[in-house]
Amino acid sequence: METNQATDILATNLNTDEYEMVYEKPKTLVDVAMHYCPGCAHSLVHKLIMEVVEEMDIQEQTIGVAPVGCSVFAYDYMNIDMQEAAHGRACAVATAIRRLMPDKYVFTYQGDGDLAAIGIGETIHAINRGENFLIVFMNNAVYGMTSGQMAPTTLPNMWSTTTPCGRDTSFYGEPIKVSELISQLPGAIYVTRQVVNSANGVRRTKKALQNAFKYQKTHKGTCFVEVIGNCPSNWKMTPVECSDFIDDEMIKAYPLGDVKVPK
Amino acid sequence: MTEIKLMKGNEALAEAAIQAGCDAYFGYPITPQSEVLEYLAREMPKHGRVVMQAESEVASINMVYGAAGSGFRAMTSSSSPGISLMQEGISYIAGAELPCLIVNVNRAGPGLGTIQPGQGDYFQSTKGGGHGDYRMIVLAPASVQEMADHVFLGFDLADKYRNPVLMLSDGAIGQMMEKVAFKPYKKPDIDKSSWATTGKPKTRDRNYITSLHIQPEKMELHNLKLEEKFNQMREHEVRYEEYNTKEAEYLFVAYGLSARICQKAMDIARGKGIKIGLLRPITLFPYPYKRLAELAPQLKMVLSVELNSGQMIEDVRLGVNGKVPVEFFGRLGGMMPTPESIVHHLETLIMARNGN
Ligand SMILES: Cc1ncc(C[n+]2csc(CCOP(=O)(O)OP(=O)(O)O)c2C)c(N)n1
Repeated sequence: METNQATDILATNLNTDEYEMVYEKPKTLVDVAMHYCPGCAHSLVHKLIMEVVEEMDIQEQTIGVAPVGCSVFAYDYMNIDMQEAAHGRACAVATAIRRLMPDKYVFTYQGDGDLAAIGIGETIHAINRGENFLIVFMNNAVYGMTSGQMAPTTLPNMWSTTTPCGRDTSFYGEPIKVSELISQLPGAIYVTRQVVNSANGVRRTKKALQNAFKYQKTHKGTCFVEVIGNCPSNWKMTPVECSDFIDDEMIKAYPLGDVKVPK
Repeated sequence: MTEIKLMKGNEALAEAAIQAGCDAYFGYPITPQSEVLEYLAREMPKHGRVVMQAESEVASINMVYGAAGSGFRAMTSSSSPGISLMQEGISYIAGAELPCLIVNVNRAGPGLGTIQPGQGDYFQSTKGGGHGDYRMIVLAPASVQEMADHVFLGFDLADKYRNPVLMLSDGAIGQMMEKVAFKPYKKPDIDKSSWATTGKPKTRDRNYITSLHIQPEKMELHNLKLEEKFNQMREHEVRYEEYNTKEAEYLFVAYGLSARICQKAMDIARGKGIKIGLLRPITLFPYPYKRLAELAPQLKMVLSVELNSGQMIEDVRLGVNGKVPVEFFGRLGGMMPTPESIVHHLETLIMARNGN
């Protein structure tokens, strides 16, 4: 395993005896440096999911499905059994896992290209069947892994490498509001949109993930947690600028909060 | 006790899947194999197994991936256009080393083509189909009996090599009715706990299923490991059947439905005094190159008979390696040759050779 230079330096300069331990990484996270760009929301959301898995003590019962996208390496970080699905097919993979092992907790973790473009068919059909798993949907309005092309969620007039003059909605249509779209399906029992650019947002996102894991045990349908993420490298912004862009632009197009809650 | 039934090829296949302990079947309707999904939709739940009509063949194959990745016996079936859609998924399955069974009840193409039998998917089945360096054992049933037998064999070989196995059938073998015997079968007890994703207990490291090796050095090692597996298949899994090859001067090479027709053609030709035999490859990968090489010195000509415009003939040529002329006879578009037309073609070729 590669050593993390930053933590090594910290470890040598810090006498931990003098400090009170207030936070520890969950054991359900593998202790390695993540490959994500500085400020990227993926790493934070990985951590939140793994905190929930640890707190609910369900490591042994949880199987995750990683997408093709920046989070393709999720299985390097999440210390649980995982499968890496083909681009867009996480919901099909998760369907089979959950159908064959109905007592397990299953989740997919997908970007907006993966879930809302190439994989929209699998997504809609899995939710329509009310598959008993959780879909964590990272909406960063861009294709991260392939370096910043337009996603179905790219905002009107937003720059991307394939919309160099901004997204022209007369040409490419309006961004897809996935949470609102799939909440129409009876199979969806819990649909919520959260954000992680503030402490409050992080807390609410974690709460949403906790709810979603718990609802799985009711065997009533699919849970869908959309997280408004960011992409400093491809938005060509600093993490702080990203945070402002989320507050000023993203959550206007993608209103926060529960879209659907179980009856 | 052996059970004998009169069944359609597709139904025999479906029944065999149940008897082989298939845990999960995922499929999407397409002629000429929709009976498989219909039969299993009726029967699988009685055995507490999972059966699902997926939203597409793309979903089917990725469901198979998920099920196989968690250590379950999983299969799908389709016909040509649907199998084309599955190719990316099959490549992922091979890359991630997951055992499963895929059945192609081949119809004539390209494009939407027609629902009648064809063998035009030979290249796709044996030379890759999907992207990247991988191979699959390809079984070619030539009877309803083999539609059943190859399911048991296919699942066992898939487990043995942790690799997908393809059954390449065709619309005629799938649709025709014949007697089929089901022998008692015991699903082998295979320990998949070192890799299957069933939930990580404290006592072991996490298992993950992936085909991704981002560092080229590691990817090459993975490729070499796969290649070693494919070489083992080449070494140990060649299967074929031969008839009247002992004193044969001429040889038909044909698989599946074509082999059935060639059997009759062989009888007619032998009745006319032509010393002809038949080699029927049962595995199309690995291919019986060696047996062809052994037979080549005694032969004057080989005739590859296929329901396509000449695909397997390339492997026949590789097998005989220039030692003997290889000719072709085929029908296309879902048409089937009569045995007489094959014999007529054979006689014309022999006359042309002798005439000069
Ligand atoms: C079939 C296929 N098409 C295209 C790609 C290339 N590709 C990899 S990731 C990706 C998009 C990822 O974007 P997104 O799903 O939004 O996730 P992010 O990287 O932003 O987290 C694409 C198009 C692929 N791997 N497979």
